[in-house]
Amino acid sequence: MSIKLTITTEMEKVAKEYNRTLAPLTDDLILVDSGLDSLAFAVLVVRLEGELGVDPFSVAEDAAFPVTLRDFVAVYENAAKPVAA
Amino acid sequence: MPPSPSQRNATLSDWLRQNQSSPNWTFWGAHASASLNMLAVGSVFAGRIAELAGRSVLLATADQLTAALALIELDGVARRLTLCAPDVAPEHLPAVVADAEVDAIVSDRAAPEHERLGVDLRAICSPEIQPTETQPSRPYRTEWILLTSGTTGAPKAVMHSLASLTAAIKTRGIGEPAIIWATFYDIRRYGGLQIFLRAVLGGAPLVLSDSKEPVGQFLARLAAHGVTHITGTPSHWRRALWSPAAGSITPRYVRMSGEVADQAIIDNLRAVYPHAKIGHAYASTEAGVGFHVDDEREGFPANFLRETRDGVEIKIEGGSLCVRSPGAAARYLGKGHGAIAADDGFVNTGDVIIMRGERCFFGGRAGGVINVGGSKVHPEEVEAVINRHPDVRLSLVRPKKNPITGSVVIAEVVLADSLAGNGTDARKSEVKGEILALCRENLTQFKVPVAISFVPSLAMTNSGKLARHA
Repeated sequence: MSIKLTITTEMEKVAKEYNRTLAPLTDDLILVDSGLDSLAFAVLVVRLEGELGVDPFSVAEDAAFPVTLRDFVAVYENAAKPVAA
Repeated sequence: MPPSPSQRNATLSDWLRQNQSSPNWTFWGAHASASLNMLAVGSVFAGRIAELAGRSVLLATADQLTAALALIELDGVARRLTLCAPDVAPEHLPAVVADAEVDAIVSDRAAPEHERLGVDLRAICSPEIQPTETQPSRPYRTEWILLTSGTTGAPKAVMHSLASLTAAIKTRGIGEPAIIWATFYDIRRYGGLQIFLRAVLGGAPLVLSDSKEPVGQFLARLAAHGVTHITGTPSHWRRALWSPAAGSITPRYVRMSGEVADQAIIDNLRAVYPHAKIGHAYASTEAGVGFHVDDEREGFPANFLRETRDGVEIKIEGGSLCVRSPGAAARYLGKGHGAIAADDGFVNTGDVIIMRGERCFFGGRAGGVINVGGSKVHPEEVEAVINRHPDVRLSLVRPKKNPITGSVVIAEVVLADSLAGNGTDARKSEVKGEILALCRENLTQFKVPVAISFVPSLAMTNSGKLARHA
């Protein structure tokens, strides 16, 4: 499963578990308008760490805050890239 | 003589009259706004304020603006005011009513959970101010009661006075630029109440948040009102910086409290608000405001431990931060609670301090309390729910670091012997689902563990307690 699909699948699961109404998951979706609040995002990051094996936000403490879903996916894609030798 | 915070008999209405010359003195809520200058000659109680004289009032409005206006009117009229935020669960209200000896409820709606409390006097108010010919007399030095979470999940009632709540507030000097305040916090919590009181004492406008309002809309309102000073928890700010609207505000002062401000959030705020002073404050409902840190570094300078600052002394005892302050609460209401301060007047905050050279850093909670985005979670409360499951022998609830809420709650569970060794994976996953369902039924959402793992055993201390710092 691609990173993006993993992320959107987990977003849907968290939204359902926490009774949040999720906006359509387009690339340009502004995360704060996604329907997930801070707690739901906090849960999402933990779930994604379980699925993808990485929490990119704790690796880089000064990581820029992603604004759109595209940015959010990119943070995970960059974190998953193997480090060049 | 105009009142000042040191004059303990001043009421909020005195401050209203004192600041009446403040131009455009408005409080904005999410749905309505109100002129404080009108409130000085009006009322939100539609003629019923006199009935509340001398009462112990539970202020339980849904709307924050309504609560703000009612608080100003009731200070000095009511004998006691208990501030009840909407997130206090209805099942805890009877204990609050008993502890605070409530004999009147003020709300902005007819709520069944209030009707059930057996309190005869219920008054409805709204954010609409109606002019009145006479103001009620305000002879009481009203007791202010704040609710804070206890180990069992039931709130503890903490008693303050207007004098203790305003002990840390300095009013603006002549010639200093005007302030427009905003708070992400609910004003019925200590952190938000501090900002509300700063606005009333300083004659400053205030923008109030609403828990149901998307952060982008709140930021747009802050921008529209030209807010200069904004306060919230680091989690509030992390959330705000995720919004494209974060850049639309230009605050002069960004203030954090209620949670540990780490260097990452300080640096991120510095980058987004290059012209703002970025500060973090240490305060607790029981200890009051401890200190402000304005050097844009996490933790605080060790010299704070050696000097009395604004009448507040701090020290470290048994690894925990202790605060002696004129802003400390007087006592807990109700039975079964210890004293707030020790005999020497210091309040042990339970916040663990780690010293590195000349800097002190926060190292979590001595009692293991977990801070999820500014809300306290007592692990024991969550463990008690998990332990109700018949297949659970033991559980340990602890924090996991999280980039959004600072911490989240996770649980480690030791299964009963019948399952631990030879239970199938399918049955174990079923049990996990059942434990989560149990937690969701019995706990507020932020207390529900985000992840549950099964472990063969949990470490114990010599005294037979779960080792929480394992």
